[in-house]
Amino acid sequence: MNQVAIDRVDSDVLLIRLAGRWELRNGLASAAAVETELRRVPPPSRVAFDAQELGLWDSSLLAFLAGVSASCRERGVALDATALSTGLHNLLDLAVAVPERAGARKELSTPPYLERLGARALAVVAEGGETLSFLGSMTLASVQLVRRNARYRASDLWLLIQQCGGEALPIVTLISFLVGVILAFVGAVQLKQFGAQIYVANLVGVAMTREMGALMSAILMAGRTGASFAAELGTMKVTQELDAFTTAGFSIPEFLVLPRVMALVLMMPLLCLYADFVGILGGATIGVGMLDLSWTMYIGQTTHAVRLGDTVGGLFKSAVYGGLIAGAGCVRGLQAGSSASAVGRAATSAVVTSMVAIIVACGVFAFLFYVLGI
Amino acid sequence: MADESAAGNGATPCITVRDLTMAYGSFVLMRDMTFTVNQGDVFIIMGGSGSGKSTLLRHLIGLNQPAHGSIHYEGQNFTTADPEQRLRMLRNVGVLFQGGALWSAMTLSENIGLLLEEHTDLKPVEIRQVAALKLGLVGLKGFEDYYPSEISGGMQKRAGLARAMALDPDILFFDEPSAGLDPISARRLDELILNLRDSLGITVVVVSHDLASIFAIGTHSIYLDMPSRTITASGPPKELLARTQDPTLRSFLTRGENP
Repeated sequence: MNQVAIDRVDSDVLLIRLAGRWELRNGLASAAAVETELRRVPPPSRVAFDAQELGLWDSSLLAFLAGVSASCRERGVALDATALSTGLHNLLDLAVAVPERAGARKELSTPPYLERLGARALAVVAEGGETLSFLGSMTLASVQLVRRNARYRASDLWLLIQQCGGEALPIVTLISFLVGVILAFVGAVQLKQFGAQIYVANLVGVAMTREMGALMSAILMAGRTGASFAAELGTMKVTQELDAFTTAGFSIPEFLVLPRVMALVLMMPLLCLYADFVGILGGATIGVGMLDLSWTMYIGQTTHAVRLGDTVGGLFKSAVYGGLIAGAGCVRGLQAGSSASAVGRAATSAVVTSMVAIIVACGVFAFLFYVLGI
Repeated sequence: MADESAAGNGATPCITVRDLTMAYGSFVLMRDMTFTVNQGDVFIIMGGSGSGKSTLLRHLIGLNQPAHGSIHYEGQNFTTADPEQRLRMLRNVGVLFQGGALWSAMTLSENIGLLLEEHTDLKPVEIRQVAALKLGLVGLKGFEDYYPSEISGGMQKRAGLARAMALDPDILFFDEPSAGLDPISARRLDELILNLRDSLGITVVVVSHDLASIFAIGTHSIYLDMPSRTITASGPPKELLARTQDPTLRSFLTRGENP
């Protein structure tokens, strides 16, 4: 253990005896006792050390000595460190050599509430501006696409189509099958009371094609692909790959964002259609397995209930969701700051933004379809 | 606009910067910078860490917009040019970013090929040939099909140089070329830079604080001084070392050994 003994040798000299092992894991010794001695009247004119019984030491001793040195300097007391070993002496000199730079310390106080509110409001406005200019540049890129002038690599597009199409099938299968099963159970409990189990087929079929197929696949893709777009573009920003594209004369909206939006807009309806089928299959499994319906009856009832308009409406919605997910992912990635945690935040906010956008769009569609009578 | 600085020594000005002020929001990083890079120069932008060397480079290649002042390429105003004109001016420019900034989703050959695909009418086979040639120039023959993550940092840097040279630019920008390289690789890169300058007649602008490299290759330089927030000295680096009276520059050029 570290040991400190403080002696007034004569009225003039304060002798600090250091002994034992000084190790950080044993805690820091406080320089408060020395401070008290220094304050006593009459004050000593010199502080000296006795380090004969000092054992092993590390930064804990240095911290103590730096504290003593600071107190001495404050009170104008001479510090006599000659009794310390040369190594310790040098380290102590190093620790106190460079005075703290004025203004170097960070202001840790939180600014007043109104100031923070204002800063947040300005940040929201700035972000809104960025999003608008992103939308503008995407519109220009789309115009270029329609005029067949857009410059992107076809191989990139195919790779992205594979990533957000085929590679997403397993998870879409699992989730939409389960959603079909859940819908069938929910319906079965109610409809069984009237002996109308056969209408489970209507419930599952209409719900999947109208809403759930598009919504579930969109939510999956937001978590899966939207986040990956944001992380990818964010990292490219950190490594200056985006700068390299810009200086090489490539437009980032055309070259990087457009293929991503296109891939997702093209693939989402296919995923949605697939999810519709798998969901209906999930419902049928419950209908046949637990509600004593036959396959023929179930399928017949489903084809009777599901209208083409429902399915097409669902597919259209899913294409819109695809655009929203890809757009949110890309804009968050491009807005990312340049650090590892900023890329993480970009991925998080890409998912949050696309979820919000999907749900809002879903509400708007529900209203529109109701008004238009689709 | 007449260019007064050109007439002096008969050299052709390549990049002219007038009264450039760089700022992030209301924070002014450097102000009133005026200098000229002549054709065939190896022009060094020196300065301590955080003095805005790399930011100046970003301004020169159009990634940041000046708060005030203008940048001219061969007499044409780059700062006020519309995006189309800017792209045309930048076609003569190659940039080696600090970490190489190779496109990580593409092989080395594709990294170089993409530029050729975009700006030339070469056939895919020819593009591969040219890419292999450029990689050979920087000592990476045979690495065409490697991805950037599969090669070392020094090799990435050289591959980045090969990409910067893909379109045979007239001006090459280097951001801290020797950062992260061992002394021997750093010297080889310096030799490569000089070799390119001599054989292709290009102009080189280097952002650096590596003294060995500054003295070895620099034909002209400017010093960005942090305390006064502007350029305090310009001239050939060796000459600056011999004649400067400015204590900060002196201590920079002698690693603080001879204040």
